[in-house]
Amino acid sequence: MLHTFVAYVEDLPGVLTRVASLFRRLNININSLTVGRSERAGLSRLTLVCEASAEAGHRIRASLFKLENVVDVDDIAQAPSVTRELALIKVGANRTTRSAIFELVEVFRARIVDLTAESLMIEMTGVESKIEGLIQVLNESESPILEICRSGKMTMRRGHHTSSVLRAMGTGEDDPAGLDNPDGQPLETLDDRVASEPE
Amino acid sequence: MGTNANTQASNAHLTTPTRLTGAEIVWATLVGEGVTDVFGYPGGAILPVYDALRKFPIHHTLVRHEQGASHMADGYSRASGKVGVCIATSGPGATNLVTGIATAMLDSIPIVCITGNVSSKILGTDAFQEVDITGITLPVTKHNFLINRTEDIAPAIRYAFQIAKSARPGPVLVDITKDAQQGTAIFDFAAAKPRPVRPHPMRKIEVSGLDHAAEMIRNSKRPVILAGHGIIESGAMEQVRTLAERAQIPIALTLLGLGAVPASHPLNLGMMGMHGESWVNHAIQEADLLIACGMRFDDRVTGTTATYATKAKKIHIDVDPSEINKNIKVDQPLIGDLREVLEELLPRISGRDGVAWLKTIDTLKGASAVRDIKNLPDLGHLYAAHVIHDIWRITGGNAIVVTDVGQHQMWEAQYYHHEQPRTLITSGGLGTMGFALPAAIGAKFACPDKEVWVIVGDGGFQMTSSELSTIAQEKIKINIAIINNGYLGMVRQWQEFFYERNYESTPLVSPDFVKLADAHGIAGLTVRTRAEVESAVNQARSTPGAFLLNFMVEKEESVYPMIPVGAALHEMIRRPGNDPLLESPDDK
Repeated sequence: MLHTFVAYVEDLPGVLTRVASLFRRLNININSLTVGRSERAGLSRLTLVCEASAEAGHRIRASLFKLENVVDVDDIAQAPSVTRELALIKVGANRTTRSAIFELVEVFRARIVDLTAESLMIEMTGVESKIEGLIQVLNESESPILEICRSGKMTMRRGHHTSSVLRAMGTGEDDPAGLDNPDGQPLETLDDRVASEPE
Repeated sequence: MGTNANTQASNAHLTTPTRLTGAEIVWATLVGEGVTDVFGYPGGAILPVYDALRKFPIHHTLVRHEQGASHMADGYSRASGKVGVCIATSGPGATNLVTGIATAMLDSIPIVCITGNVSSKILGTDAFQEVDITGITLPVTKHNFLINRTEDIAPAIRYAFQIAKSARPGPVLVDITKDAQQGTAIFDFAAAKPRPVRPHPMRKIEVSGLDHAAEMIRNSKRPVILAGHGIIESGAMEQVRTLAERAQIPIALTLLGLGAVPASHPLNLGMMGMHGESWVNHAIQEADLLIACGMRFDDRVTGTTATYATKAKKIHIDVDPSEINKNIKVDQPLIGDLREVLEELLPRISGRDGVAWLKTIDTLKGASAVRDIKNLPDLGHLYAAHVIHDIWRITGGNAIVVTDVGQHQMWEAQYYHHEQPRTLITSGGLGTMGFALPAAIGAKFACPDKEVWVIVGDGGFQMTSSELSTIAQEKIKINIAIINNGYLGMVRQWQEFFYERNYESTPLVSPDFVKLADAHGIAGLTVRTRAEVESAVNQARSTPGAFLLNFMVEKEESVYPMIPVGAALHEMIRRPGNDPLLESPDDK
């Protein structure tokens, strides 16, 4: 199953290697990894997505905590959360093919952030499936994709959870009674519903 | 030994902030952490530190190979419970430490390794003797530091000590660039204190778990305590014993758990696992409850996990949350320091009638329970089992025994009965040949008043035999028993059982070990028959200096019983025939 770990780590040289090395040692491929500053001084927040067995989640989280530079770890698992990814896509397009791209960008609620005579750059934020969708449509269009740059996933739990609350929640197990997600809908659907609302 | 002419240096800098060089800060911090002995080898990138040594009350043992330094720090720690310290230079000096660091990592031994590195200005330029030792040791240390500023040295070393000994102990490496050693900074020992240990949030003792565990113990008919190394590291000997006695639960030990419960204790069944006694493994397979105390269900104690103790519910008490459900799925984890958990659990435990189960185990022992190797008729053969049994008898079981890895290690575990913790020092997890001799030197420095025996094979001895020079230079008293069978014995045994006796690359030509010892100024004796064993051991013990005994034992003897890799715990290879060595009654 897909695991999403959110961790607060000390902002020091080599910390990312220590985190990545843990997954290397377990022979687990990291699907996506984003790191950046957090609301806590001196701490970076990372979101790491990987494929591993359901039982492995507990052990990975326990092992991440053992790293001296790791301060907090949350295993999002299936808990209600918002996941986003940022993509920059450069497309080859001239005066005549450009307008078709503009239409697509409108439909996907993306933005044009750069425009030259031969190319344009699209910025898009959303869930993975939405970005994949835009890429697929672009691939089927006349305009060739020249470059894709994707940030990888960033995840945050829904609701009023500060990072210290996350820590107190501790186990990172699935929402036991489905209280936050009474319909038991897959999260992607929930995300899509929100994402399709005007921002 | 242990004396140092330079002890007059004042320790004022420990209480008053003082400007010191980085090199001086290294030693001052170690003194502040209570270090009295270090093991190391100088070289270019660590020379400033060595230059400052004479000002500080620390004894430095010059090793002959840096692997010896890390094993000595390890042996020092295992014997004393304190943090062992080793020092090496950059590049090859640092990489030579790695096997010893990994050995300490696998067995959760607290050591601090200090390495020099090239100056920070040329770091990363492939300078002479430069190596990325923090990168190399990342997976075999609990944590490591690359320090390139003088003012960071004291906080890093103090933090390293805290990490090494907190929670599940382990090795920590501090790599210090040469310019950081040469620079100066204000040394303030108190201010360099690390922040308090950040507790692992999954390490909490829950009342519901304790209640459930107590109920499981109360309801069990056939419980077994699995006693591991964590008992010794946590200092929970008394608590485990109380649990066993109060609820009448028999105890099986791991290799590294030997000594945690006295061998003579009536509830102590002995060692479990690959070369454990048959009744111990049978008891585990028959049990309806296993209480794992500070052990990690290593593959050497479980056999194949699919068939392991299928009838038993499992309680797992461990300080490391990542050990829970790693190898064996357990029913009730109790995550925390073993002693603290047991102190919470014990008030919930009341008397239990264990007679029927203990009687069943006694029956399991059957004819193989007792073996009289003392009374075996002398047919001119010398068995390693005899030698080790005699050393046990003559030393009264009171020596610190340091073993290497292989057949002799298993025979030691079977025939030397340890009554006290920290009296068996052996590389269990990594299985590092060459460990014994240097680790014994470390143990002797930790416990100068204790009798220290090395039990080592002819193969492993030659991996680190250069440390004989260290013994000679330091003039320390260690007794060395080489179990010499002319083979890499355990590998040969596997070839015998699993590779159709194709003894490829296991026969071993060795030097005359007695002459080798003599060349180092160390006395020695070769022993070929059982009749000579007692007087030889006595001669070794009564000789003031180190002594080497070269026991020429039976060449193709195997360790029994044995669980083949991939087999279930109860599917043991037993000694063929009715060999009285293992099968005769009345061994007391």
